[in-house]
Amino acid sequence: MILIACPNCGPRNEQEFRYGGEYNSRPPESLAVPPDEWVDYIYMRANKQGLQKEWWYHRAGCQLWFLAERHTKTNVIERTYYWRQNITKSELDQD
Amino acid sequence: MSLKLIRQAINGNRPPPRMWRRQPLKDRYDVVIIGGGAHGLACAYYLAKDHGLTDVAVLDKSYIGSGGSGRNTTIIRSNYLTPEGVQFYDESAKLYEQMSVELDFNVMFSQRGHLTLAHTDNAVRTMRRRAEVNQLQGVDSRLIWPEEIKRLCPPIDVSQHPRYPILAALYHPPGGIIRHDAVVWGYAHQADLSGIHIHQKTEVTGINVKNSRVTEVKTSRGPIKTGIVLNATAGWCTTIADMAGVKLPVTTFPLQACVTEPLKPFLDVIIVSGSLHVYVSQSDRGELVMGAAVDPFASYSVHGSLTFVEGIAGHMLELFPSLHHVRVLRQWAGLCDMTPDYSPIMGFTPVEGFLVDVGWGTYGFKASPVSGKRMAELIATGQTPDLLHPFRLARFYEHDLVGEKGAASVGH
Repeated sequence: MILIACPNCGPRNEQEFRYGGEYNSRPPESLAVPPDEWVDYIYMRANKQGLQKEWWYHRAGCQLWFLAERHTKTNVIERTYYWRQNITKSELDQD
Repeated sequence: MSLKLIRQAINGNRPPPRMWRRQPLKDRYDVVIIGGGAHGLACAYYLAKDHGLTDVAVLDKSYIGSGGSGRNTTIIRSNYLTPEGVQFYDESAKLYEQMSVELDFNVMFSQRGHLTLAHTDNAVRTMRRRAEVNQLQGVDSRLIWPEEIKRLCPPIDVSQHPRYPILAALYHPPGGIIRHDAVVWGYAHQADLSGIHIHQKTEVTGINVKNSRVTEVKTSRGPIKTGIVLNATAGWCTTIADMAGVKLPVTTFPLQACVTEPLKPFLDVIIVSGSLHVYVSQSDRGELVMGAAVDPFASYSVHGSLTFVEGIAGHMLELFPSLHHVRVLRQWAGLCDMTPDYSPIMGFTPVEGFLVDVGWGTYGFKASPVSGKRMAELIATGQTPDLLHPFRLARFYEHDLVGEKGAASVGH
């Protein structure tokens, strides 16, 4: 059992949340994007051993989606924050 | 067996002191298999037996059978949902039936019957469909009702009292359990006898690829030149594939299991409930071996959790109320590489010479013989056998997924 700090509600039991998978950036919505790139986005996963950026949904709480950075070997969560439209690449890529 | 013992006592012929020997690491092998589990060792065994390829190294970062092969709940069955899945697992079940004789090692395969319970009308419909698909493929599998379930398994509660009463079950008489370590040891022993090198405590640290061809595997004990590398790992499959620059649609989840204290034999069938996320069988030692679905979030941690024990105990008591006084002895977890369509990935990758036998999710152990045999055929002939074609990596780019919802841990 792990505690997850919801950015809105504070630390809560893992069972209140739904795991949403690792974060990966969506290709631009354009016909110029080759289909294989969409396959990579939908199916292919980094499946990292170490610090991973991932989605969580607080289903038994505020019902908001947020991002967490969690060590996948120890389940220690480094930080949690909301996704933003103009979030800078360095903000998301820092490991 | 006893005759053999007497004969050995008289002529002084002792069996070799070790099941497999420790060999020096050569700097070149024809084939390098990464992962010394049942899959990797089965592949090595069939490479030697069917195709005469013995210049093969099997590498494992720990001891052989220390991953999924030693952590599963040992259930063998072939009553899957898709025709591709049924054919594939049926060949595997048949190879398991012959295994003790073939490997000259008792793997203690006990075909005791396998019951998949249905608690909702939808589940009954799915079971009926599975029974039809199975029968069409010649697999012994049929739908049975509570009266027959109670006859096959007297301690089970088929009344209307539980929250999810049992409505029907898919009955698969050839389903069984096996000694999983014996399978690993049997394959390792035969592979070793044929001259294949098994290197334990040898971790792969890198893979060299030149002009999208595999040239070398770097290990903690030195580099190995080779043209063919088979990634037969679980839990580390994306890490290994990443070394060769191959992307995989795999996410690793832990799956927990536990055993109770030993009880007198009372359960001689395997009981599975997709809706309640529980499967249980009684081992030869009398322990109840119980497993559940994969954990709710991806992780490489193999720590057990209280959430799991609470959940499985609750579900077990719905099925077997008489077990309320039984204590859990120990729990553990293994890593399951889940794919989007609950089917494995076997065969070629965009990198020439880098092959995969991965994504085995919650169904890897029961497929060890067939995947080993067919992957050996693929390595020796350079052609994808028909049985493996549906499970190729390219299916994701060709939008031709398998969709195996008959797998364990899939609710209906």
